[in-house]
Amino acid sequence: MSVPIKIQPDETFVLNVGPQHPATHGVLRVKMQMDGEYIVRAETVIGYIHRMHEKMGELKTYPQFYMNLSRMDYLGALGYCHGHVLLVEKAAGIEVPERAEYIRAITVELNRIASHLFWFGAFVMDLGGFSPLMYALQDREYILDMLERVTGSRLTYSYYRFGGLYNDIDDLFIDSVKDFIPRMRKSMKKYHKLVTGNIIFRKRLEGNAYLSEETCRKYGASSAVARGSGINYDVRKNEPYSVYPEFDFDIPVYTECDSLARYNVRMDEIEQSLRIIEQGIEKLPDGPIMPKKAPKIIKPPAGDYYQAVETARGNFGIRLVSDGTKTPYRLKLRSPTYSNMHLFDETCQGMLIMDALAFMGSLDLVIPEIDR
Amino acid sequence: MVAYFTEIFSGLWSLIVGLSITFKEFFSPTVTVQYPYETLKMPDNFRGHIQLIANEEGTSNCIVCMMCQRACPSGCISVAGKKEEGQKKKTLTTYMLDFTRCSLCGSCVESCNFNAIEYSDEYRLASTKKEDFIIDLLKRLEEKKS
Amino acid sequence: MELSLLNILIGVIAAIAFAAVNAAYLVWAERRGAARIQRRPGPNINGPFGLLQPPLDGIKLMCKQLIIPGGADKALFIAAPVLAMAPAIVSFVTIPFSEKIVAHNLNVGVLAIFAFASMGGISLLFAGWSSRNKYAVMSSVRAVSQAIAYEIPMLITVITVVMITNSMDLMKIVQQQAGGLLHWNIIPLAGDAPNILMPFSFLIFFICSLAETNRAPFDLGEAESELVAGFHTEYGSMGFGLFFMGEYANIVIGACLTTILFLGGWYAPIPFLDFIPGVIWFLLKIYLLIATFIWIRWTFPRTTIYGLLNLSWKILIPLSMFNLLLTAGLLKVF
Repeated sequence: MSVPIKIQPDETFVLNVGPQHPATHGVLRVKMQMDGEYIVRAETVIGYIHRMHEKMGELKTYPQFYMNLSRMDYLGALGYCHGHVLLVEKAAGIEVPERAEYIRAITVELNRIASHLFWFGAFVMDLGGFSPLMYALQDREYILDMLERVTGSRLTYSYYRFGGLYNDIDDLFIDSVKDFIPRMRKSMKKYHKLVTGNIIFRKRLEGNAYLSEETCRKYGASSAVARGSGINYDVRKNEPYSVYPEFDFDIPVYTECDSLARYNVRMDEIEQSLRIIEQGIEKLPDGPIMPKKAPKIIKPPAGDYYQAVETARGNFGIRLVSDGTKTPYRLKLRSPTYSNMHLFDETCQGMLIMDALAFMGSLDLVIPEIDR
Repeated sequence: MVAYFTEIFSGLWSLIVGLSITFKEFFSPTVTVQYPYETLKMPDNFRGHIQLIANEEGTSNCIVCMMCQRACPSGCISVAGKKEEGQKKKTLTTYMLDFTRCSLCGSCVESCNFNAIEYSDEYRLASTKKEDFIIDLLKRLEEKKS
Repeated sequence: MELSLLNILIGVIAAIAFAAVNAAYLVWAERRGAARIQRRPGPNINGPFGLLQPPLDGIKLMCKQLIIPGGADKALFIAAPVLAMAPAIVSFVTIPFSEKIVAHNLNVGVLAIFAFASMGGISLLFAGWSSRNKYAVMSSVRAVSQAIAYEIPMLITVITVVMITNSMDLMKIVQQQAGGLLHWNIIPLAGDAPNILMPFSFLIFFICSLAETNRAPFDLGEAESELVAGFHTEYGSMGFGLFFMGEYANIVIGACLTTILFLGGWYAPIPFLDFIPGVIWFLLKIYLLIATFIWIRWTFPRTTIYGLLNLSWKILIPLSMFNLLLTAGLLKVF
């Protein structure tokens, strides 16, 4: 294998940050044209884990397809399940009891915290600090244990059903959540002292990858990528769904547009999720978790329906075109990370490769969600 | 000029704060469960692969209504039964679970109205042959009976 | 010590043995220390407390095939790991462990050690260049510029200490610090030049030795999450083993130098505790310093290349030169 290295006519070389690389979280290929250590041009290549979820949506019935949604983004699975269930309930006109809605909101927020903790660990590990990963994963284990007792799985929950939930939560779950909230707050203080205040970390992220507001709007970015650039948009507040209007929480928005702003947005989101969980546990009503007449065969009337939810990755939307039969005619999944990732190509021109990889970490990419 | 020095000192202080946190963590107990020398007990709701429930006589409750086969999104279950003379309901002759395709979604257990299948709590599944995971549930039930 | 051939041979072999055992078992100490910081057990299966892990790792590395990539420069490829390990082991010959324990004392000991340390930079260059791998070249370029940038403040601080002692002989530098904590060069309040800024010199020397040995937070040469494994990407088996052990041997040399130059070598902090032999104090001090190296590595993220170079050229060099001038002034006055 003695192929000579090709020098391009403008004295740059192509570096392939290949599908197998410790820094790209999943199988993402980035073809970078480099001039020394500066990136002249980058091109992201996706499709290495395309599993044809949308095609499966056309072939499977609604309860069968529901299981696919957890596998799309496995780190924040419940948000996606929530979107799908809300859509089908909207389409088929199924009423959801109030207790089920509250439990759904609580579990979605717990899952959001777990996903953000994992992002935090992986991000700091990308930058070279290996210990916060272990601390974050230990905290995440508490959440996973709580959810495993109730749902039966640790990562790919299939907890919701059309009309309500799979099974009810018990007192032990409520007590463990009440224990977990102050413990998580103490851990957040620890992370802020260990990581956020650290001068090496701040120097690494301040001014890194300036992402202006127009770029975000051009690519349709959402979640921390947009909120770190000053765009105050969160589906839970701007297009409220489910039981979120009853909760009192803030949306953190930072205007510095650099990686540190995106990091701060996500850390503050964890705190706001803790607030939502606290209020949810307090206000949890009693009652059934499935409606009395839960339909066995779901056949929504023919039409075009859309539902957007705020997941840990961003603004996830599902569109359903139904033709009145048991399987959808078309089911489109709008993946938030797909829009978030494509700004990488334009923004990383002229950056050092270290900064570009720190930028990629701050975008919080989960590649199976891009490729669906 | 002043900013130069304050940055040096505040930077050094943040580094020392970070070091003190890892120092405290050094003396905290380890949280690892050293599998396979130590194991954990699975919770009740744990979703292992399914298994047939034995009734009082030791046979299964299944009446071969095929609801589980229809509900499965991945097509893992194949059920067959035959109607014996003198019986009102069918009896089960084969129940094959193709665990290589199963996604542990739980639709089969939920769709069964006759209390015939439940989750097992087996998680120590490792083998070198694919055929080990095409599980014959009826044979397992009979082995458990005897 | 008399210069008989047998004495020299025994001394040299003992020094090399000390270096090799340290390099091997420091790996164990680092893995256990890192694991405890991250609240997990670390290697504890091979042998009691995992103590057999380094020899078994060595056997595993030796059994692997040494692959030289096609088109790589063979001579440089094989020379690089040897050049990484050799200076550290050779430097052990001049380090005094106590008044009587030294393999061969040179009267320009400081100069010799730094001359050998510069050869470490050459091994980085050879490794990256001869691998014929874009990742390796990029990271070795970074590592060499880092090595050059951090040698300067290190040497300036060493000059400060040499000025106080009037000699480059490592034995004399330590003997000048006899008498307890306040005579040590870290707080030389009771000596010839009471310079209260010496703790900063110690800090600068410590940071520079972190950077010279490619340890986090300055480990850009081996940035694992960005460039796979940096300049030693293409090395498997014993090539990698030599780089690894060379890094730890360099750490031990760095710790030994810090102790000798600033922390009083083999002297006890309080003269009352002199009944404990000097060797024990020396070893205690270097192992405390190495524990701090390990502690720092597992706490902090990595700096950027320009952050690192800025730190050296804009902060460490001015501060160390200021300290040098201050010490010179104080020596003149007192």
